[in-house]
Formats: sequence, structure tokens, C-alpha cells
Amino acid sequence: MSLIPLRVNGLKHDVDVDQSTPLLFVLNDELGLRGPKFGCGMAQCGACTVILRGKVVRSCVMPVSAVGQDEVTTLEGLGTPEQPHPIQQAFIDEGAAQCGFCLSGVILTAKAVLDEKPNASEQEMREALGGVLCRCFTHVRMLRAIRKYAETRKA
Amino acid sequence: MSLSRREFLKNSGVLIVSFSATGLTGKTAVAQGPFDTHRSHIDPTKLDSWIAVAADGTVTAYTGKCDLGQGMFTAQTQLVAEEICVPIERVKLIQCDTSVAPDQGTTSGSQSTPTNFNSENLAQAAATAREALIALAVKRLGEPANQLTPSGGVITGKNGRSITYAELIGSKRFDIPVSATAKRRQPAQWAVLGKAVPSLDRTALMTGQFEFMHNVRVPGMLHGRVVRPPEVGATLASVDENSVKHIPGVIKVVVRNNFVGVVAEKQSQAVQAARQLKVRWNPGAGLPAQATYYESLRKQPSRDTLIIDSNEVEKQFAGASAVFRATYVYPYQMHGSIGASCSVADVKAKQATVWSATQSAYPTRDIVAKLLGLPADSVRVIYVRGSGCYGLNGADAVSFDAAILSGAVGRPVRVQLSRQDEMAWENFGCGVVVDQRVGVDEKGFIVAWDCENWVASRGSRPGYDRPGNVITGFLAGFEPEQVTPRAAAEPKEELRNRGNAAPSYIAGCVNGNCRGAGNVRSERVMSYTVVSPFFTGPLRSPERLQNTFAHECFMDEISSHVKADPVAFRLRHLRDTRVIDVLKAAAEAANWETRPSPRAPADVSRKGTVNGRGIACVAYEGNNGYAALIAEVDVDLDTGQIHPTKFTVALDCGPISNPDGLRNQSEGGILQGMSRALFEEVSWDDKRVTSTDWETYKSFYLGFEIPKIEVKLINRPDVPATGAGETAITLVAAAIDNAVFDATGARLRQAPFTPDRVRDALNVAVNEPRSTARGDHDK
Repeated sequence: MSLIPLRVNGLKHDVDVDQSTPLLFVLNDELGLRGPKFGCGMAQCGACTVILRGKVVRSCVMPVSAVGQDEVTTLEGLGTPEQPHPIQQAFIDEGAAQCGFCLSGVILTAKAVLDEKPNASEQEMREALGGVLCRCFTHVRMLRAIRKYAETRKA
Repeated sequence: MSLSRREFLKNSGVLIVSFSATGLTGKTAVAQGPFDTHRSHIDPTKLDSWIAVAADGTVTAYTGKCDLGQGMFTAQTQLVAEEICVPIERVKLIQCDTSVAPDQGTTSGSQSTPTNFNSENLAQAAATAREALIALAVKRLGEPANQLTPSGGVITGKNGRSITYAELIGSKRFDIPVSATAKRRQPAQWAVLGKAVPSLDRTALMTGQFEFMHNVRVPGMLHGRVVRPPEVGATLASVDENSVKHIPGVIKVVVRNNFVGVVAEKQSQAVQAARQLKVRWNPGAGLPAQATYYESLRKQPSRDTLIIDSNEVEKQFAGASAVFRATYVYPYQMHGSIGASCSVADVKAKQATVWSATQSAYPTRDIVAKLLGLPADSVRVIYVRGSGCYGLNGADAVSFDAAILSGAVGRPVRVQLSRQDEMAWENFGCGVVVDQRVGVDEKGFIVAWDCENWVASRGSRPGYDRPGNVITGFLAGFEPEQVTPRAAAEPKEELRNRGNAAPSYIAGCVNGNCRGAGNVRSERVMSYTVVSPFFTGPLRSPERLQNTFAHECFMDEISSHVKADPVAFRLRHLRDTRVIDVLKAAAEAANWETRPSPRAPADVSRKGTVNGRGIACVAYEGNNGYAALIAEVDVDLDTGQIHPTKFTVALDCGPISNPDGLRNQSEGGILQGMSRALFEEVSWDDKRVTSTDWETYKSFYLGFEIPKIEVKLINRPDVPATGAGETAITLVAAAIDNAVFDATGARLRQAPFTPDRVRDALNVAVNEPRSTARGDHDK
């Protein structure tokens, strides 16, 4: 074990874990964050998604040592209950959740796509969401919320 | 630990249990008192067991039905706010904590709404509380009850004087029983219930603040993982504990009978230890070949249940102008929760606390007690929501895992299952085979319906005393409930159609009492339960979906044979007006074109894409919700791929508690049903389950092109409330199948409808056009 510096949601931390520890376990167990979740541990579902260097990353398969100096953003790092990020607000407005376990993958993936490409086509958005799983199948509302957020970005 | 609600009320004046796990731990420590000796110390006949009004007027309600991610938290909060007449923000709902909530068994089977929203339990308690508050106000304000109006936590009299609930009873007990005669507020008066109240959890969910089971952390907590056998039926030979000695942080290797687990300081260490632990297993007996498995079910010794029998079907078949037969096969499917199951247990010498996403808080309490050798009332189970479970996923098993591991180390242990642990060993939804036989007369009326199903079963919910019904208990040395072969007895009681084994079109008559939804009086329904090699358990619409798939597809086959429109043909055989109404509503909403299916005969020269529509309907469990669904699909004749383009559903669940929540459930149920109909199937080889992740068990992702969904709600404020979360999903496979038949003339009789199966069915349809009902005319 050794102290590993980590920047998460605007805060600096030094975490005392083995270098090979998956980032997800550090976020959950060491930092007590609730957004990213263990779904499969194999980067197949998206429940553990975080944003790093503007891209979505599956934190369940990323060793904490690979993060480096860059900021990690989790679902709770986007906005707060008092001041949700606009994409979170769109999901709130649409009631786009059932159990809600998958939301890190859904919201952060859509946000990252639209940050990079505000005019992303439906097809491009579908491709990006091609590895994001929601087993409650709340697809209708989630896609509606994403479209709504995308519209506000274009405007 | 009776958490001494009494003491709580007296001392703090507020009976609130925080949702924070750490908070609970603290309170547990404070509240360790003697336990009552009866099964639940929360007496459901007492109003104080359900409702408490704090000194500030806040209402706390206790329920034994928990939110599984389907909106029951919001709906029950609405119910309490409505009946007690307080703003919804002033209601705190405590779900399924065995130290404070009444024992309502398991949250399942679309039973939460019928149980808690009609004239018993939570609804009746809340109504009793309102009437009790008014009775108190009568004394204080000196006006008769009929001149007092409760609203916003205040009771106001005609003379303008008013008094708050806090002043009337704040922090004191009601000390009265739940009244059987307290009047529910009428749906016409409803201000909160019945409204599209936004789900109360959504802001916390969207902003990552919501505490799931997986987020529960308690002080001093260790991490555990389990090591499941490498194949079904394998038994433990030996464990080499030295093989993980080199891994830092490993606390203990735990072995109990065939149960093996590891406990470590950190989660990654536990993962590493579980992977590296050298375990030798004796092989299992092997598994039957998947290719012939479902067909083989009917050869197994069986436990037989005759659900209905008019005792003269053979006579009717003999006189029928045509008799049709078909066999339908529905595979094992998984709950496949997106979060691999998780639990935290804190086992001390004489008591234990388990944080669990189980649907069965009290039963889990009793099972954990049994596993640990503790009295049941020394165990506290606290429900914390997990990922959507859709039935008996790994939540119970992992709670037992956590209890065993924590018990072995004497410290709190969190167990997170791996994806493979979850998928290889969960209690799958049953594989079901259904043989159908129907006779029709010369006018195209069904004169007899004979139906037999084979259901493969092993284990199921552990209940209060069967740890072996799920994998952990079994490995720890407990047997699952046995399927004892038994011949069927004559049905004596009225028709019970809990599993939808009987089609909606039969009259369901026993001794002249006809409880079926249809009018086919010559009827026989037999169910055979056989032993499954895999654990099975309730999966959203358990057996109801499988049986309804067979009934609604076969109904379509018959309507095609008699060249009738599928909607008209159903209406001809239905008498339950609620099924009739949803059927008509769906047909109208979808602009149903009245004509027989298929649209055109199967043609081998056709290429490209064809489209069709299909319908299915159900009286869920006979009387627990009504739905009709129309699917519109494109079928690619070259690839065999099915693309549903639109679903239209009409639903009747009595008085609707929350139309937004109901729509959400219906949309999700339809798409989940579509995933199950098109993709999902448990697979195995000669030793083990091989569908153990999202590449080997297919579920469509968020990027998948989804159909339009139109939901028509029929609100019936004048009847009891029924379940609603399982009706739409029950119909999806049948509606898609019927739409494929309409488009192509090909009939699919085995789910899921993979491109291979679609191409096979197309070949059959082209080469043997009369095969749509196998066996065809008996005479």
C-alpha cells in the first residue's frame, strides 16, 4: 500500500490502498461516494461510470494508479440536490428512473457525448449508450430526458 | 430489539428512524433492550404499530411493504398523506425494518397495492388515525365530528376554531386498535392519492445521493466474498487456507459444509482472495442437455395439481368439428439485476443486525436466526433498497452470506457478490412447457379447452424456515423444499388462478361457482411440477407470463384457423367486463384493423421486411389487474430479426394511486418483456450455467432502437385496488409472437424469438402451411 493522490469532484484526497485497487472501490469504500456502483466488475453495464479527462470511464476496471492527476467526476459531482446539473434536472423533470442503480452510466455517458458534440445525432447517442444497461428498462423516459437536455444545449 | 418505540416516543417525542446506516447502528446500540417473545413484537391490530404523530405534527408511518424501485415508497406516502390529511412532505415512511415495522411477509406478487391500499393494513390504519384525531378534536373544540374538517394537519370546526394534530396527540400514543369500520376517503375527495405526484426519490437518485444497499457502510466493517462451487451439485473436498495467506488484509477463510467465503479488510483484497483461494471440489452429477431439456420435463416424476376439470372435455373433443394442439416452451430466465447483490451483517454473540435488499424482511430475520443459532427476535433486518430485483434475485442469498461471514469473524461484514456469483446461482424464473388442446364447433366457437403445463422448480423463497431454498442455505447444509411427486386431487374449492395456468377464456366452474373470465365451459387445466436442476423462484410475473404466452398465442392460432379477427375472437369467448374493456380500449387506441391473421399467406419468394400486429390480454391472477397489449412489429425475412415498432397497452388496476408511476411501470414492463421475449435465456453445458455475464446473457442496452409505447389507463375508483406492475410484461411475448404470425404466417412456439428460431418458423410456415397447430384435425 502507498498513499495515492486523487482529485475527485473538486476535492483532493490521499488514499492508502494498493495501486491495483479498482477506482470504483476507492470511490465507494475510501471516499464514501454513492454515485458510481458495482454492477458487473467487467465494464459491461456502466453502473460504475465516472468522467475522467472529459471521457466516460468504467471505474470498476480502472486501477486507481491509472487515474493520475486528472479530476474524476462522479454523478454526485455534477450537481447537488439543491442545484442539480441541467442534465440531472432533465432526468428529474422526466422522472427518468425506476430503481435508479444504472444512472451513473446513463447520465454521465449522455453528458460526455453532448459535451464533446452538442449536436450529436440520435444515432451517435445510441451508439454511445450501446454499452449502458438499465434492467428496469426505463429507456423511454431516459431517452426523452437526454433529448430534452440536448435541446437546451443547442438553444 | 424492540428499539423500544415507546421509549423513543417518550424521550424524543419523535419516532423517526433515519435511513442512514450509520445512524441506525448508533440507534441500535442505544436501543438494545429485551425482545418481545412473539414472532413480531409489532402488533398489526394496534394503530400505534402503523402510525405515529410526532410533537411537531410530523406523521411517521410504518409499512411491511417496501419500494423495490417501482414507486411503492411514493405511493404509500401518498396514501398516508391522503388518509390522514397532511401534506405529503410531513409524512415519513419507514419500510420493512423488523425493529419497528409490522410483519407483512414478502413484498411481491403485485400484492402491495391490494394489501395496503384497500380496507386493511396501512390504508385502514391511516383512516383510523384520521378518525381518532377527529374524535379527539370533538372533545377539544366542542363541535360534533360532522362539523370538523381535517386538512393540512389541522382540524377546523364550523365555528372557525382549529387545532393541530401536534396539539391533539403529538408524541403520544393513540392506544386504540386499527378500526375495521374507519372510512377511507373517497377517491372523488383525493387530493394527493391518485395524483401524478413526482416520485419522492428522484432528486436523490439523479444527483447520486440516494443510499442504496450497496452504499451501506458501518463502522469497523470488513469485506467478504463468496467462493461458489465450479459446477452445479459439486461438493467441497478441501480448502487450502494457506493459498491466500500472502494476500494482505485477509482476515479469515470461512467454511461451513459446502459454503466457502473469505473476509478481508478491503474489498479488493476480498476479491483477490476469493479468486486465489485453492479449493478442491468433488464433481456434481452433471446437467441434462439443454437442447432436449424442456421436452424432457414431461417425463419427470411430477407433483400434479388439477386446477379445473369439467370432467367431460373428451366428450366435447369427440364431438368437435376440429381439434387443434400445440406445445409452447418458455425457458429459464434471470432476474439479472444490474447490481450484483449485496448485504451487510453485524453479528455479535447474542444478536445480529442485517442490512438487506430482501423483499422479505421478517422471513430473512428468521432464516438468519436459524443460520446463526439465535432466537429470531435477536435479529434485526433493516431493508435498504438495492437495484431493481424483479423478484427473488440474489438479495436473500447474499444476506445469508453476510450473516455467516460476519458470524465467523464477529465483526460487521459487507458481502458483494460478483456478477458470476449472481447469475450462475440466482433462483431463475421457471422453465415452463405448455401443451394446448382446443376443440371448436362448426361456427368457430371454442367448445373445449384442455391445457397441461410442466413447471421445473427447485427451492424458491426461503420463507421463515427454508434456508436451503436459495444457494447459500443449501451450501450451508439445508435442503430445499422437496418437490414430492403426487397425483392430482379433484379440485374442490373455487378456481384459483394465481399462476394464470388457466386461460382467460374458460368459465372456471367448480360446483356451479364460475370464476373464470371466459365462457368456455368444457375445461381442464392440469399443472405438473417437476424437479429443476437449477434453483428457481419468482421472476416478474412468475408462471403467469409463461402460461399467458402459451394461452394468448394459442388463442391466436385458433382464431386464425377459424378465420376470425383476433380481437373479435377473444371477445366472443370472454365474459369478464374488465378484460373486455381493456381489450376494446387497446384495440381502439391502436386503430386495430379488423381482419383475420395472417395478413397474407407465407410466401417463400418474399424478401425484405414485412409488418404485422398482434394482441394479447389477461386477467392477471384471475382478478389482480387487467391488461391488453397490441404489438406492431417489422420482421426481416432475410435475417429473421424482429423489430417491434409500437406497443399500445390498456390497463385497469382499479383506482390508480399514481398515474405517473403506473405509466413508468408499464413502459418499463413492456420493454423488459420485449428483452425477455427476444433475447433472454439461461444457458448451460453439461456441468454448469454458462450465461454468467452480459455477453452470455443478452439484455438489450440503452442504445437499442426502441418502439413507441402508448399507455391507456382505465381508472376505476369504485372497485378495490389491484396490482399493476406485472400485468403489461405478462403479455409482451404473446403480443410479439402474434404480430410475427400476422406479418409472416410463421408461428413461434419457443421463446426467446431468436433470429434462428424465426427463420426456422418461416421455413416451417412455407413448407407445411397447415402446421400452425400441430396434430391439426383429430378427426
